[in-house]
Amino acid sequence: MDFEDTAEEARFRREAREWLQTHAPRYAPPAGESDAEGFALLPLARRWQTAKAEARYARISWPEAHGGRGGTAMDEVIFEEEQRRFALPPDPFGISLGMCIPTMMQWAEPQVAERFVRPALRGEEIWCQLFSEPSAGSDLANVRTRAVRDGDGWIVSGQKVWTTGAHVSDWGTILVRTDPAAEKYAGLSYFWFNMKSPGVEVRPIRQASGHAAFNEVFFTEVRIPDAQRLGAVGGGWKVAISTLMNERMAVNEADIANITIDDVVRMARRPGWTGGRPIDDPAACAQIATLYACSMGVRYTRYRMLTQLSRGGLPGPEAAIGKLALARNIQDMAAFAMEMRGPAGIIDDRGGDPDLAAMQEAWFYSAGLRIAGGTDEILRNTIAERVLGLPQEARVDRGVPFNQLTS
Amino acid sequence: MNFDYSEEECALAEQARRLLAERAPPSLIRALLEGEGRDRAAALWTEVSALGWPAIAIPEAHGGLGFGHVALCALAEEVGRAMAPLPMLPSIYLAAEAIATGGSEAQKARWLPRIALGEIVGTAIVGASVSATATGNRLTLPATLAPFGAEASIAVVAGRDGAWIVDLGQAGVVRTAVRTIDQSLPCATIAFDRVETEPLQMIDAERILARAAVLVAFEQLGGADACLDMALGYVRERRTFGRVVGSYQAVKHRLADIYVANQLARSNAYYAAWALSADAPELALAAATARVSATAAYELAARENIQLHGGIGFTWEADCHLHYRRSRVLAQILEPVETWHRRLAAALDREGVA
Repeated sequence: MDFEDTAEEARFRREAREWLQTHAPRYAPPAGESDAEGFALLPLARRWQTAKAEARYARISWPEAHGGRGGTAMDEVIFEEEQRRFALPPDPFGISLGMCIPTMMQWAEPQVAERFVRPALRGEEIWCQLFSEPSAGSDLANVRTRAVRDGDGWIVSGQKVWTTGAHVSDWGTILVRTDPAAEKYAGLSYFWFNMKSPGVEVRPIRQASGHAAFNEVFFTEVRIPDAQRLGAVGGGWKVAISTLMNERMAVNEADIANITIDDVVRMARRPGWTGGRPIDDPAACAQIATLYACSMGVRYTRYRMLTQLSRGGLPGPEAAIGKLALARNIQDMAAFAMEMRGPAGIIDDRGGDPDLAAMQEAWFYSAGLRIAGGTDEILRNTIAERVLGLPQEARVDRGVPFNQLTS
Repeated sequence: MNFDYSEEECALAEQARRLLAERAPPSLIRALLEGEGRDRAAALWTEVSALGWPAIAIPEAHGGLGFGHVALCALAEEVGRAMAPLPMLPSIYLAAEAIATGGSEAQKARWLPRIALGEIVGTAIVGASVSATATGNRLTLPATLAPFGAEASIAVVAGRDGAWIVDLGQAGVVRTAVRTIDQSLPCATIAFDRVETEPLQMIDAERILARAAVLVAFEQLGGADACLDMALGYVRERRTFGRVVGSYQAVKHRLADIYVANQLARSNAYYAAWALSADAPELALAAATARVSATAAYELAARENIQLHGGIGFTWEADCHLHYRRSRVLAQILEPVETWHRRLAAALDREGVA
């Protein structure tokens, strides 16, 4: 058990810290602007992303040929830790670089992937992932968006939903049904395509918070060349699963929320609504301690997984722990922080109390976080079935042609 | 950074796990609850002492093996998993740690080699509520609960006004065995009437508690994982309505929650093990975090293990209640979790998050 940096890690941390000290302050968001979903500050986020890409900090563990440094997963964590010291715009490139581009690197022809890696890395092009549909959320393989063969291409019609960032995206990856007569999981195929293609219509969805970060996307006879297929015809599920594995590994507190436990502690050390400091109150201490233990537990669980990776292990289904525990903890942290302000904690005044505004935003956002990218319930199933080895519930959709399932 | 046990630590844990599965089965714990099996427990202490368990983290200069604290943590996890009826908590996690960290050279030389051999057992009475009054080198204490208080040869006493070592073999020491909810970890009250003491000058109650809390967290972790394994074993076999109980989401989700709590507790405990082994300034915060996390995990796992077994889980014959008892005892014996919530918050406040 050793928590200290190795000599190389210490050197990298020093270098990263120096670079951040010089560059990061120029990209601080304007005071009072908080933006949990990360699209309101997109121009600033793009400039910051370009600066990181040019210094090869945008994706440290990617190979040098792809604009990375060939660094370790630990180096990525070190950079994150150092970056956390600065006020910076939220990162709207997580789906591009955490899911879509790794899928392209794994499944597309190398020269095709090559074309897209750099612009995505620099934040010049944004990608979205078109998976969910009105009747395909947790049951993702239930997608009905149809792709029909047409010469050297496919004609796609249907509807996707909950597509984060579709309204600002240049490119997309999409899971569609190419064979309705095949079994549910076998009739799917996976493509990448241009979001500006004729027949693609993006309609923002207004969320519970009032913001609109995700969208409905309608496809009316959209043509996608067969050359843009990833994996085999009928092999789309396999590609989708590889994308989702990237997603689970990516989760940590700073990545998925605009607040951390440090913000809660900072508020608790200042006078609360009764005049006293919440951190001096035993009942508040119990909450702070529980929230802190969960936050740190997730952080150190990630370090344990990194240790496994550094020993040649692969990220496994236990990575689901992170999002499952964090989303709920963020919701609890935000509610607790709002309570520290007493009745005034409900006042929606972005300019007057930026700490409170950030907590309110997290309070809304976390309710969605418990659903997005695998609901709490699906993640519990994943842990129970794939980590603990318990049997699946009885299923009626196996071994039946998709078009004979009753929906 | 390396956030796992080393190969040697894994091997030690594996060996301990095999030995305890054989020598400290649930039937022994159950016998101890009925007032039997004390001789077998004593023989086990002799056996593991010969293997060097009490000596693991005691420095070689003082008759120990000097394997370090992470090795001791790995061992504590196995002791907790088996609920082994050994005096590791009072003698090693509390007394030996206090003396090794805060004792004079003479005190270390006098006590540690004998504790390392398992030849004597230490206990401890530690905390802000301990009302020991010192007059010169004489100490008076009202009857206070101490684990293995009847068996111990020495006691480390630490309260608001100082820390001391007391030889329990002298006149003026009154010990009374106490029945607790978990007789496999025997307790007695100890009272002093102006007994002779040696001051422990380099350590206070808070540091003694922090060090012990890390080690107890590993026992709690082992216990919590044992509960999860038991519950999993049962729901894989038991059938209702024509299906294995473990295929129902209501059951699976509860087990997933236990797994997550155990994993978070494990990660916090690993961080604390590092802080303990490096004697890092982060120890106070890390120990409180590990304690809070492990206490919650063991409590959840022990309760839900009974629930997931259904009626059979509530019987004397099932092993579930052994963990239910032990989880409560470990939650309270090192001061209740509420005091650790306050310690955790106070450490965060001291650290001064900007």
